[in-house]
Amino acid sequence: MDTNGGAAVKVVPVRHVGQWIGLAFLALFVSMLVHTIFSKISSGVTSCHKVAGIKTCHAVMTWRFGWNSIFHYFTDGLVLKGLIVTLELTVYAMVIGIVLGVLVAVMRLSHNRLLSGAAWTYTWAFRGTPVLVQILLWGNIAFLYPKLAIGIPFTHLYLVHFGANSVFTLFSAAVTALGLNEGAYFSEIVRSGLIAVDEGQSEAAMSLGMSRGQTLRLVVLPQALRVIIPPTGNEVISMLKTTSLVSVIAVVDLLGAVTNIYNQTFQIMPMLIMASLWYLIISTILSIGQFYLERRFAKGALRTPPLTPIQRIRQDLRGIASKYRTKRGIQAGVTP
Amino acid sequence: MVEAIGVRKSYVGVEVLKGVTLSVARGEVSCLIGPSGSGKSTLLRCINHLEKHDSGELLVDGELVGYELRGDKLYELTDRRICDERSQIGMVFQRFNLFQNLNVLENITVAPIKVKGVGDAQAKKFARELLVRVGLEGKEKNYPTQLSGGQQQRVAIARALAMEPKLMLFDEPTSALDPELVGEVLDVMKDLARSGMTMMVVTHEMGFAKEVADTVYFLDQGVIEESGDPKTVLTSPSSPRLQSFLSKVL
Repeated sequence: MDTNGGAAVKVVPVRHVGQWIGLAFLALFVSMLVHTIFSKISSGVTSCHKVAGIKTCHAVMTWRFGWNSIFHYFTDGLVLKGLIVTLELTVYAMVIGIVLGVLVAVMRLSHNRLLSGAAWTYTWAFRGTPVLVQILLWGNIAFLYPKLAIGIPFTHLYLVHFGANSVFTLFSAAVTALGLNEGAYFSEIVRSGLIAVDEGQSEAAMSLGMSRGQTLRLVVLPQALRVIIPPTGNEVISMLKTTSLVSVIAVVDLLGAVTNIYNQTFQIMPMLIMASLWYLIISTILSIGQFYLERRFAKGALRTPPLTPIQRIRQDLRGIASKYRTKRGIQAGVTP
Repeated sequence: MVEAIGVRKSYVGVEVLKGVTLSVARGEVSCLIGPSGSGKSTLLRCINHLEKHDSGELLVDGELVGYELRGDKLYELTDRRICDERSQIGMVFQRFNLFQNLNVLENITVAPIKVKGVGDAQAKKFARELLVRVGLEGKEKNYPTQLSGGQQQRVAIARALAMEPKLMLFDEPTSALDPELVGEVLDVMKDLARSGMTMMVVTHEMGFAKEVADTVYFLDQGVIEESGDPKTVLTSPSSPRLQSFLSKVL
């Protein structure tokens, strides 16, 4: 069968015609998109000036996407203040959500019917209503309870009491709403993590005389983390964007600040694009963090952890370089 | 050491143990053999209260498992007391069940430190001695996934011994091992038997039963069908069911 006398046979790769056509269409589409993003349109204003006694007029052109406004407001004090509120909301709500989530998940798996029932009811209520409605409810809680007091239940004997709005600001209402909602979702993530740990692990722990609490703390939870960590990153990014809903109860977050600006300047689209850019920047940073966190917790579970982007680029470059070298080597061999 | 009188246990509608009666003396090694589903493992799990038996009496070292007799009533023990009882019984599982998040040394020391309140240094010292005993010195820092099955099972034995139990239960300790690794685990168990440990071993290793056991129990369909010294039970069985079982496994 070997008709080639042992010499190297040239390999012809399959030609993918469809891929090239697709690529051409994609290139066309991308160039149109880039063009419209960076195009200028007439602003409706005409500017005239006289040169050597002759008056010439022309329409003033502006960026279609209002890049100059975006650039102007990008690091505006109001915008940065709103951005900080957004980040604060994200952090506080996630901390509440994670703490509550772990607690509720453990309660849910408890053998105590009262505890597991309470946990189930909480998840049912807070996962079953829209987060926007929950934010509105907490924001308007003063209608329901104008005064908050610490005292003896069912009597009018109070130790202290205050107006609901003075202790329960709109910001804390927003944090409460987002945190409680997140807790309901997060408890399900934690629960799936706990269930994913092999039952033999807790059996072995109990056979050594460990209590339920010790078994959970020392053996099950640490192993559940590997399952819990990846969706946590997802939840943080999701929370970053969900915080924008709080503008409905007049908390001035990033979106709130941007809305305030365009209500005065009427630069609606540029301001919304600017807000989107900020959300994109923060969520990109968070996804990078998520990647490295996941990689760290995959240790021991995966034989080879996924390459970091930098490692991947380096590997690609090495591949190209070695290909180039062998190509030259073969040519040199053929034509001495 | 272990006394079972008419122990019964059912899982949703299926009766797994139909009145098991046996008695294991201190220092005695007993092997439980029988086809799968005969209730061998369930019996072991009842002894350290991983499962609750429904009726009958089960005593370890003269004390009722999971209950307390006061007057003429049986009181269920609190979780705390059950943990206490369990901590005095070592158990080795078919699938090793080493704690995946802890290294070998931590696997062995975690229970003595957290349950018995032994000091850190003392627990580590004892753990190292046990590792020497099971032939795994130098593996302290390894994680379970970095060890072979046989090594993992030997660590599991050391982990159980670290609590200084008065009774050791083995639930098919070599069934999940590659054939060439069975020997190293059985050697550790033989050594342990010679040291005078009371052991109950659910096994399919008839050679081990013949060599080490003082008593062999043959369980079938939830009852002890035949028992006695291994030579008699394994070489000249009287019940036809044991005869047919042995003809399949030997």
